[in-house]
Amino acid sequence: MAKVKGAIVVDTERCKGCELCVISCPTHVIAMSQKVNIKGYHYAYMENPDACNGCTNCAVVCPDGVITVYRMKVEEKTEV
Amino acid sequence: MEEDFVLMKGNEALAEAAIRAGADGYFGYPITPQSEVMEYLTAAKPWERTGMVVLQAESEVSAINMLYGGAGAGKRVMTSSSSPGISLMQEGISYIAGAELPVVVANVVRGGPGLGTIQPSQSDYFQATKGGGHGDYHLLVLAPSSVQEMADFMPLAFDLAFKYRNPVMILSDGAIGQMMEKVKFQPQRPRMKDEELPGWATTGKTPDRERNIITSLDLDPYRQERFNRKLIEKYQKMKEEEVRFETFQCEDAEYLFVAYGTSSRICQKSVQLAREKGIKAGLFRPITLFPFPEKQVGALADQVKGMLSVEMSAGQMVEDVRLATNGKVPVEHYGRMGGVIPTPDEIVEVLIQKFIGG
Amino acid sequence: MADIDIKDIVKKENIVYKKTSVLTDNVMHYCPGCGHSTTHRIIAEVIEEMGIQDKTIGIAPVGCSVFMYDYIDVDTQEAAHGRAPALATAIKRLLPDRFVFTYQGDGDLAAIGTAETIHACNRGENITMIFINNGIYGMTGGQMAPTSLEGMHTSTTPYGRDPGLMGHPIKMTELVAQLPGTYYVTRQAVHTPNLVRKTKKAIRKAFEYQKLNKGVSFVEVVSNCNSGWKMPPVQAVKWLDENMLPFYPLGDIKVPEK
Repeated sequence: MAKVKGAIVVDTERCKGCELCVISCPTHVIAMSQKVNIKGYHYAYMENPDACNGCTNCAVVCPDGVITVYRMKVEEKTEV
Repeated sequence: MEEDFVLMKGNEALAEAAIRAGADGYFGYPITPQSEVMEYLTAAKPWERTGMVVLQAESEVSAINMLYGGAGAGKRVMTSSSSPGISLMQEGISYIAGAELPVVVANVVRGGPGLGTIQPSQSDYFQATKGGGHGDYHLLVLAPSSVQEMADFMPLAFDLAFKYRNPVMILSDGAIGQMMEKVKFQPQRPRMKDEELPGWATTGKTPDRERNIITSLDLDPYRQERFNRKLIEKYQKMKEEEVRFETFQCEDAEYLFVAYGTSSRICQKSVQLAREKGIKAGLFRPITLFPFPEKQVGALADQVKGMLSVEMSAGQMVEDVRLATNGKVPVEHYGRMGGVIPTPDEIVEVLIQKFIGG
Repeated sequence: MADIDIKDIVKKENIVYKKTSVLTDNVMHYCPGCGHSTTHRIIAEVIEEMGIQDKTIGIAPVGCSVFMYDYIDVDTQEAAHGRAPALATAIKRLLPDRFVFTYQGDGDLAAIGTAETIHACNRGENITMIFINNGIYGMTGGQMAPTSLEGMHTSTTPYGRDPGLMGHPIKMTELVAQLPGTYYVTRQAVHTPNLVRKTKKAIRKAFEYQKLNKGVSFVEVVSNCNSGWKMPPVQAVKWLDENMLPFYPLGDIKVPEK
């Protein structure tokens, strides 16, 4: 059975830490890092990457366009 | 084919000349005593003749900003108004100077301050030549004194505006705007084709160039100062290359009238009347008010015994005459205001009273 | 569960969303979470998708978005405060085959530039007007806007906007919809993914309609001003939902007749 897997890459130096992506992610993938970028902002990252389905919500709502979204179909292995 | 003379109002001549100068757009708002400009244009339908756009704006504020937009797109655009309307345009003119855009603004001056009068005046000299709006800038100012010059200065104004990327003002007055004289027009110039539009204009960013930005904003003080210096250099170049003037019986003159526009026409007669009385008078007529012909006026200071700046104002150009002569010769002012036009006789009387006595 | 490494997913061929090239690489000066940034981005996306970068001319206002030209990679003119529709009028009339849009805030479009707005709309200029309404003056530090809500605290209404003293919040979008010169008038927002998608569709329509030469396409974007409202972004979008949207309801106000 095919499953959609996604991933995001955040341009952490351009992220301003507004957290709109966090509240827009339906699968609770994104959290804010403890670290800060050069501007002093906590930046978004995938805390829970396995849950990402590449829906693009985070990127669409991101004011600064710092999120690139990837998506691919993978065949799910049958667990024994 | 040689064009014939026609009889026209100054305002109408300006309008016809704008069409023939290949203007792309006129944007204006009616005000006395220059409403004939737009009335002529809307009747002449230049959009059928040359494709020129004519639009009545909702205010002078809007009209001048339409010029900003049109000039920013590289087009030959102009407006006309009279003193109160020109005051409303000052914000836009300052932005246009700051964004280095070529526009032509005709001011058919009426008396002020405030609503003042609808009669002719020359009381906007300071506003025209010293900037007018906020910030360090100058317009290039042409002062016609006849209906023929209302026509001739139109293509010249566009050429100068584009040469310097600077707003040019045609500073006329209600007398020249309203009076009828014979005028011969220059042949029709073509409007600029799309491929002839200047490279800096916002016409759409093609892949072969960076985006063009038309702005007067720079928050970096050092860059802004560099820009101010660039403007100063531009005005200096105007002083070197664009000074225009006329002299009338100056060769042996002992006393000099300095007058522009309507006043200069009256002073021609005054020269004649003075000479009939045995006074060697001459007339110096600045045609460009900025750049002011300071060298030429300064040189005449070595020759004459006195200068009388004759203006329909409380005394504005007289300050530039005094700066140009730098104390070398007595400079006096005579002016009528409120729409009153001085007579040749009274000007001669003032000359005698101020300089000769008796 | 498939044992897939992120590295296997993060490949060029798997990209489903990335920043449009019509948005420059300059970091936008807007505050974190600002709707200006989002709106800039989707305008740039529409321009890219329509393939009209070489035919588009933008007009930036005075206000926070004064530097729009640093971000959207199209030929742009920076207007005096409120005068963008006058610039756009002339540009479009002199270059009628170009796509011309103004981008204005509430102070620019609904206060100082009211005359230019109304008359450009009334003349039916064939342009697109994007109107960012965040109910406050952001750039100058949070003063009252014509669109500030009743009771809203700003730096010039420190005790709340009292309509008896300061007038009522103005619904500019409903107002211009009354004019025969507007062809498409809509109010949108950009603080959730679905709203962003809808707004982008509206902006796309607003640009497409310029091809028809039918008049002004007017898109209001109800937005947040976190700094002016003095709230963190997440709280600000909640406040927007609860306070701005009841007074400025989203949706089309005037749509072209079929």
